[in-house]
Amino acid sequence: MTLTLAFRNLFHDRVRLAVTLVGILFSIVLVAVQLGLYLGARTMIISMIDRADGDLWIMAYGTKNFEEAQPISAREKYAALATPGVARAIPLVASFTDWRKPTGGSTLVVVIGAEYEDRGLAPWNVVEGDVSGLGARDAVMVDKTYLAELGLKGVGDTAQIGMSRVRVTGLTEGIRSFTVTPYIFTTLTRAKSLLDMPADNITYVLVKLQPGADPVAVRDMLKVKVPDSEVLTRAEFRERSLNHWLFATGAGVALIGGAILGLVVGTVIVAQTLYSSTKDHLNEFATLRALGSSSGYIHRVILAQAGLSAVLGYALGMAIALAIVYLSEHTALPILMTPALAALLLVLTIAMCAISAISAIGKVMRIDPAMVFNR
Amino acid sequence: MIADAPNVVLDARDIVKELGQGAGKVRALKGVSLQLNAGELTLLMGPSGSGKTTLLSILGCILTPTEGTLTIAQEPTAGLGPEGLAALRRRHIGFIFQSYNLFPTLTAEENVRLALDVRGERGSEATVCAQRALQQVGLRHKLKSYPANMSGGEQQRVAVARALAGSPSVMLADEPTAALDSENGVAVMQLLSEIAKDKSRAVLAVTHDPRTIPFANRILRIEDGLIVGEERRAEGVETVHELARNRKRKANA
Repeated sequence: MTLTLAFRNLFHDRVRLAVTLVGILFSIVLVAVQLGLYLGARTMIISMIDRADGDLWIMAYGTKNFEEAQPISAREKYAALATPGVARAIPLVASFTDWRKPTGGSTLVVVIGAEYEDRGLAPWNVVEGDVSGLGARDAVMVDKTYLAELGLKGVGDTAQIGMSRVRVTGLTEGIRSFTVTPYIFTTLTRAKSLLDMPADNITYVLVKLQPGADPVAVRDMLKVKVPDSEVLTRAEFRERSLNHWLFATGAGVALIGGAILGLVVGTVIVAQTLYSSTKDHLNEFATLRALGSSSGYIHRVILAQAGLSAVLGYALGMAIALAIVYLSEHTALPILMTPALAALLLVLTIAMCAISAISAIGKVMRIDPAMVFNR
Repeated sequence: MIADAPNVVLDARDIVKELGQGAGKVRALKGVSLQLNAGELTLLMGPSGSGKTTLLSILGCILTPTEGTLTIAQEPTAGLGPEGLAALRRRHIGFIFQSYNLFPTLTAEENVRLALDVRGERGSEATVCAQRALQQVGLRHKLKSYPANMSGGEQQRVAVARALAGSPSVMLADEPTAALDSENGVAVMQLLSEIAKDKSRAVLAVTHDPRTIPFANRILRIEDGLIVGEERRAEGVETVHELARNRKRKANA
């Protein structure tokens, strides 16, 4: 009966129910968008590190993230190869430069150079063309998301980087950068040329370990062998990149702050409506008390009201959040929704509604059951 | 022939209740002692402000007395906290309120089932019990009706069924006929007098409605926080039933 009573109390006043649901819905959508953006940002920040087939990264000291690396000596590759436990050492180049659009004007891009035969870092989610096509003259691959930004229509279009001409030979889908700067994939040699980088310079050495080798032990050995560079495990590099973009720049804090704000606003709205609903039904709660109900029984009625509001609000909020996620799918800043995030949102909604119920429970606990005689 | 000894189901002794604090403190009850016997309908009558409702609240374990002792179905209430008193109400007391206090969002059957649910009685047995209680008050045909779609008399009968469903030792009614017209008032009082015939249950009705007097086995008069009179009406009930039948015949004619 607690559920029946809670349900009837909720639906008795449709206007109040609508206000409660809008409050929860608003809160869920806000939290879902903020946390979805946070997740999307995380995924973009570490996508290159996760996709690269390497256990250790050799880079210039103080490198804060994948895109903003200083050059190191290409000889570090040989030092790595001479280290026990290392199976492969793959040179990579990644750097910002200007892209001159065929339609006029320019935009900032990140050129990524790697020999695809090295199995280090090659474009993925290829939807047009082929990675092997990068071997062709002036060939580059770009992501579909950035076609307009790069002034391109599709495969076959040409543009200019520095003084060199580039031709789009393939397209990927969904390889986006957190900085909204398009990635341009090409070969190592061409990337160096496009970036005007000296022949004996590279940006990273991606180290693939032999099966069973301990990444931390090999990292420590490499630190001694390449004293002019920094060596990080994949996990350390991910962590550093995330810390830089999400926390040092404040972007992540803003997103998490927005999510917390959403929760606070939602809690206040639900608490306010639940409190006023309880106040309206105070005489009924007093009657329940007079009939001998325990305080636990009354708590269950109020919590059931909060729980029902939570489930209804969650269902509506998630429907809207999923629509927003769908609409953002092909934008430069996609919002991610994962089963874990959906579950977290449900838990947060229920927790928010349960916390909101505290004020209503407090009000009911102060009821004088003798008021049933005074109507 | 030796009369049966009365079965006392509620025993209140020297009940004192002080309300308010400091200079505003008022002695609402000044030492009330009374016993309610099973199988009897007792009326508690008195003018406004005489302490009727305060006494009813104490007898119903809603308020605790400042002084004095209260025993219900051999269970003393002394020292019980709010939860202990609520448990005692669940086990032994059924309430009927002046304004019925039905839950407007629940049907008649659900209103009765709620009182059983509070007692931990659920499932099909509770449904059968609720339906039986409503049948007992003549509302078998109104199981699925909401209070808003029932007359005042019907609502009060649902409230009686709700109090009855839990088989309480004591039924306490607060002005049960005050909000009803003459016919419905008689019907409700008839019902209470029938219920009071149960040898395991006592019924106390607080009232100042003189129409209720013929239904009582006993009348207690309270004034200024003290019981000032007691009247036994041994044959009253039979007379009243005859009176009600005559009234019904007259209405039908």
